[in-house]
Parts: sequence; structure tokens; C-alpha cells
Amino acid sequence: MSGGPDNGAAAPGGRAGRRGARWLVLAIPYLWLLVFFLVPFFIVLKISLSMTALAMPPYVPVFDLAKGIDNVVAGIRQFTTDNYVWLIEDALYVRAYLSSLWIAAVSTFLLLVVGYPIAYGMARAPRRWQAMLVMMVILPFWTSFLIRVYAWIGILKKEGLLNQMLLALGVIDDPLTILNTNTAVYIGIVYSYLPFMVLPLYAALERMDDTLLEAAADLGCPPVQAFWKITFPLSMPGVIAGCFLVFIPVTGEFVIPDLLGGSETLMIGKTLWAEFFANRDWPVSSAVAVVLLVILVVPIVLFQNQEAKRAEREGR
Amino acid sequence: MATKALGPMRRKFAPWDDPAARPFIEFRNVTKRFGDFTAIDNLSLIIYEREFFALLGPSGCGKTTLMRMVAGFEEPSAGQVLLDGQDLAGIPPYRRPSNMMFQSYALFPHMSVEANIAFGLRQARMPKGEIDARVEEMLNLVKLKPFARRRPDQLSGGQRQRVALARSLAKKPKVLLLDEPLGALDKKLREETQFELTDLQQTLGLTFIIVTHDQEEAMTMADRIAVMDHGRIEQIATPAEIYEQPASRYVADFIGDINILEGRVAAADSASIRMECGGAGTTVLAAPANSVAAGQTAWFAIRPEKVSIALAPPTEAAVNCVGGEVWDIGYLGDVSIYHVRLATGATIKSTVSNHTRMIERPITWDDKVWLSWTPDAGVVLTR
Ligand SMILES: Nc1ncnc2c1ncn2[C@@H]1O[C@H](COP(=O)(O)OP(=O)(O)O)[C@@H](O)[C@H]1O
Ligand SMILES: [Mg+2]
Repeated sequence: MSGGPDNGAAAPGGRAGRRGARWLVLAIPYLWLLVFFLVPFFIVLKISLSMTALAMPPYVPVFDLAKGIDNVVAGIRQFTTDNYVWLIEDALYVRAYLSSLWIAAVSTFLLLVVGYPIAYGMARAPRRWQAMLVMMVILPFWTSFLIRVYAWIGILKKEGLLNQMLLALGVIDDPLTILNTNTAVYIGIVYSYLPFMVLPLYAALERMDDTLLEAAADLGCPPVQAFWKITFPLSMPGVIAGCFLVFIPVTGEFVIPDLLGGSETLMIGKTLWAEFFANRDWPVSSAVAVVLLVILVVPIVLFQNQEAKRAEREGR
Repeated sequence: MATKALGPMRRKFAPWDDPAARPFIEFRNVTKRFGDFTAIDNLSLIIYEREFFALLGPSGCGKTTLMRMVAGFEEPSAGQVLLDGQDLAGIPPYRRPSNMMFQSYALFPHMSVEANIAFGLRQARMPKGEIDARVEEMLNLVKLKPFARRRPDQLSGGQRQRVALARSLAKKPKVLLLDEPLGALDKKLREETQFELTDLQQTLGLTFIIVTHDQEEAMTMADRIAVMDHGRIEQIATPAEIYEQPASRYVADFIGDINILEGRVAAADSASIRMECGGAGTTVLAAPANSVAAGQTAWFAIRPEKVSIALAPPTEAAVNCVGGEVWDIGYLGDVSIYHVRLATGATIKSTVSNHTRMIERPITWDDKVWLSWTPDAGVVLTR
């Protein structure tokens, strides 16, 4: 809507029509969110407030809209927060959440330590190689994630590739136990999530103006110091984006701890799976999922704020 | 060029004429190649302490490369760069006593104006109190006190340029390298800053090397100018010498406006040179010049303001006088440029200063006019 003299009186229909079109454009993403996020979320939330039952589906109440609004109201009256109380009272769940957050934090740190040099090397490589290097980072995505995690079992197991190689080289005398430990989980997570860390870091580093480092050197700053005083602070948006992009999904990770982890590996994704498939306790597993979401809302909102601030700064 | 007159009295400063003067920065047969492209071609150059030295030349002639070799961002492919008698080879930029103001300013975007200026001082581990005092001094100097806390992206182009200047000056370096420092400024701010720079250089007693492709800027500020072309130096001289005694047609043409007449040297002795300029259909009598021999091809170069224009032929000699028709007049306010077409078709320009406010000019389009000049008004060039 450009300003200027009000022509609404002259062409009310035109203006209303345009406004309608604008609302439609705005409505599409909200509709998307509603259908693919909010509706499933409310279903899960509803189940988490229900009670376990030996039935199909395994919980009550079940809403049947055909039986009219009274049935729904009666159902809502039966809602219970028992499942949530259960989550707090049983230390297992609390420990699983804390352990997930801890594993996600350690993984994020490891990814940053491994990913930063890779991204830095890519950004410093000759221009004509860079597109190819980015390709190589993305390439593993073209094969199934599950198969790649299985491949790690073959590498890490007792008689696997890694142990055979180390034994052959004489580095070790007895095979190492890596598979089914947290170490294997960290290896799997770092391997699988590396592109999510490397790409935002690369984007931030690649944009950096090299003359800034020359200016720093000119003012008496040797290269290593220049890295910490110039390069690293300027890559901060990439660091933050990369950390959030891996921390959030790793917290809820299930496949990697399930395939590579052992009994010591406590992650909420595994707990949720066990609750749902082994115990067939849909209400409790739904409560687990809802609490996980609530926990992750904090970093997600922080991340969104950061991204919005950055967009605003760069848009100027 | 008026800005210079506003400054403190220029000292008498001419170490290049003093055989005992010590070179401060010296290029000895320096060549710099990028792949098989030669950016600097066997160049030798001496710059003296406290000199304001300008590198002038078209884009791509190697000015920035030359400066980057002093700063340490490029190493010569052959030859030596010396500072105060010490060969700079292998000394990294962060150990060199020069500071550079970058063409792109290269301000640290995540630091405030203050922090940018203090960067080099902190790096040198100057005590905190002294750093604060120096930053304050620099902020006052570039008149950015109210902007100390701002970040570079919150400043205008001119303000950023001043921050870059303050940052490069903060350490009071022995050598300050300025790469097209005023390129992005509008005319007024530019003239102001030119004046500030010359003033600073003299009060602080520093050695400045400035790169510019703006000849007027070089003339205004520098003690000496090096005119470069394709990685070589065409001429090094004071602004007046460059203007009045250009060493080649390239230099003559690069600095200011000039008429160049090609001809054959008819006679040359210690008193004068006589040239037959076929293109202009006239004979030119000029002051003697070194290494000009009878029979060779040469060029007579004369500035438009040294060519007189009149409606009647001069009464005396018939030399250095040629008739033509006014082809075009360019009115520039303070001066007017007459483009006079000769009988041969060649054009000679003559500028006349408009010292009276003539609404009606006696000389106008299509007038038959006579151009004349004294024998020492122009120079004979052999290349
Ligand atoms: N790092 C480099 N690699 C290849 N060529 C370069 C490099 N730096 C400069 N050049 C070339 O050297 C020449 C001189 O460049 P420069 O010194 O920047 O010129 P100026 O500052 O006079 O415009 C240019 O033709 C430029 O393309
Ligand atoms: Mg340049």
C-alpha cells in the first residue's frame, strides 16, 4: 500500500481486492503451520493429557465428533496431568532429558571444533575449488542417513575396520570397545551433523574481507592473534547459526544413540521410543514429546531472534 | 591548489638535491611479477625522510603494488626494498614500522570507532592511559569525537575515511602509506582533508607516500611526484617541474592540458632549437634541451595558458606565431579555452584568464586569430 492521497473512495473494490490478495499470501504460511505443525501438536498434546487404556487406540478419552459436542466436553473433563507428574516423579525421565541436553551440548562443541577448521580451509581455498568443496560436504546427503550410520557399526565394532587397522599398525594389542558406548554416539553425531555446522560457518567466513587481516597485520597483529581478534568474532553469526542448527535436532536424536549407543547411553529419543513401542504407553510418550518441545522452544526462539537481528543488520 | 596557501608556510625542503642526504625508503631495481604479468618493472626510487611523496598514474600501473611492497603484503620478485638502510625482505607486515590506510578503509566492522583507532596501540602494548589519550587526540584530529562509540556501519563514507586515517596515524608511524585515501569523498570534503593531511604530515614530521590517480591532488599535496606507467617510473620531480618540464609526452599529457606539435629538429645548439612542425605548418623556436640533435623527430609541448591569442598578427618576428580560426570556445568561469584550427587542420588550444567581467568578448567563433608564444614557453620532448 503506497501512501499518497487516499484513492480508496474512488476505487473501493480495487483496494479491498488487493488487501484480500495480500491476506491470502500471508495466510498460506500460517495455513501450512496450522496443518503440519499445530494440528499434530494438539493431537499429541491431547493424547498426553489422556489415560492409558487397554484399547485401540490405547488411551481414553477418544473424541468422536459424530457423537456431538457433548462427547467432546465430557472428554475434556476427563483430561489429567498425571502423565506429566509421572515424568517429574520418575528420575529416569529427568535424567534422560539432562543427559540428552548434555550429549547435545558436547556434540555441538565437538562439531564446532571439527567443523571450524574445515569451513576455514574451504573459505581460504582458491575460489575455483570452493564450489567443489561445498559439494563434497553435501555429497553424503545423497545416500541414506540410516545406511551411513550402519556403516559406522562396521567401522567401530570389535572386529571392525578401525580395530583391524589399529591392530595391524601395532598401535593397540587388544581391540578397543567403541561400539555401543557414548564415544560411538559422539562419532556418529559429529559425522552426521557436520554439514549443518560447516555450511553456516563457511558462509560467514567466505564473506569476510581479507584486507581486514592485512589491516590487522599492518597495525602489528601477528596472524594467530588476528584470527582471534578479527576472523573469529566476525564469524560469530556462523558459529551461532551452526550451533543452534546442530544442538536442536541432536537433543531429540534417536537413530544414532539407538544404533551406535549402548545401555549407558541415555537419550530422551530412546526413552520416547521405548515408551511408545515397547510399553505402548501413548499418553506418557506424548507427554515426553511435549516436554521435549517445550525445552527446545528456548533455544529455538533464541536462534530465531539471532537470525532476525542478523537479517536486519545485513538488510541495511 | 589554493588549499596549500591556507596551510603553514611550506619549509624549504629539497633533500633530493642534496647528494649527502640519506635515503629513507629505497627501491633498488625492484621487479614484481604476478605469474607472467610484470606489475613492477625494474624500478628504482628513493624517498627521503619527512617527504610527502605521491605516486601518480593510471589505474593498473602498479601504484598499489609498490605500496604493498613497503607494507610487506607483497615481496619483490627481484631487487630490494630498503627502509632506513635495512633490507625489508622477509620482515612480515606486523613487524614493519609503516602503517597503511587502505583504499577500501578496511575498518574492523565489529569494533567501535574508538576500538578501531586503539587497535594498533593495544597491539603495541601501550599503557592504557596513554592509549586513551592518543585515541582522544586522534578523534579530535579527525573531528569524530561524537562518533567514538559508533560502529563503522553507522558512519557515512566520509566519516569512515576519517576513521581509517586516524587508525593509520594513531601509532605515528615512521612511514604512512595512503592508498587513494580521498577517492570516495566529494570535492569540498576532499580539499579540506587534503589540507589536513599536509598539515599533519608537517606537524608530526612523518614520511607520507600517497597513491592517487588524481593529478590535482598530487600537485596540491606532494613534495615530489612520481608519474608511473606500466610498472615503470616515467618521471620523478616536484609538482612544478613535472608541470613545466615534463620528461615525455606521456607525462606532459597526463598532467594538465597541453598542445603537442610533432616535428623535425632543423637545428639545435646551446642557445636554441629550431623545429619544423609540418602538422602545424610552422617553424618553432624553442629553448635548448639536452640530447636533442638536428634531424631527429621531436615534439614541441606547450601549455594552453602559455599561448597568446590575438586578432592581429604580432608586429615582431615571424617565429612562434601561427594563424588560424576560432573553432570552439570553452567557458570555465575563471578561464576560457579557445580551440583554434590552423590552416593544416591541426588544433591548438589557448586559455585566456577572464580577469575582467566581459559580457561581450572581442574574440569569438570563426574569428581569424593569431597564436604566439615566447621561445621558452614550451619544451622540446624526444619521447
Ligand atoms: N595479487 C595479484 N595477482 C595478479 N595480478 C595482480 C595482483 N595484484 C595486482 N595485480 C595486477 O598488477 C597490476 C597493478 O596493480 P595495482 O598495483 O593494483 O595498480 P594500481 O594501484 O596502480 O591501479 C594490475 O594490472 C593488476 O591486475
Ligand atoms: Mg590501486
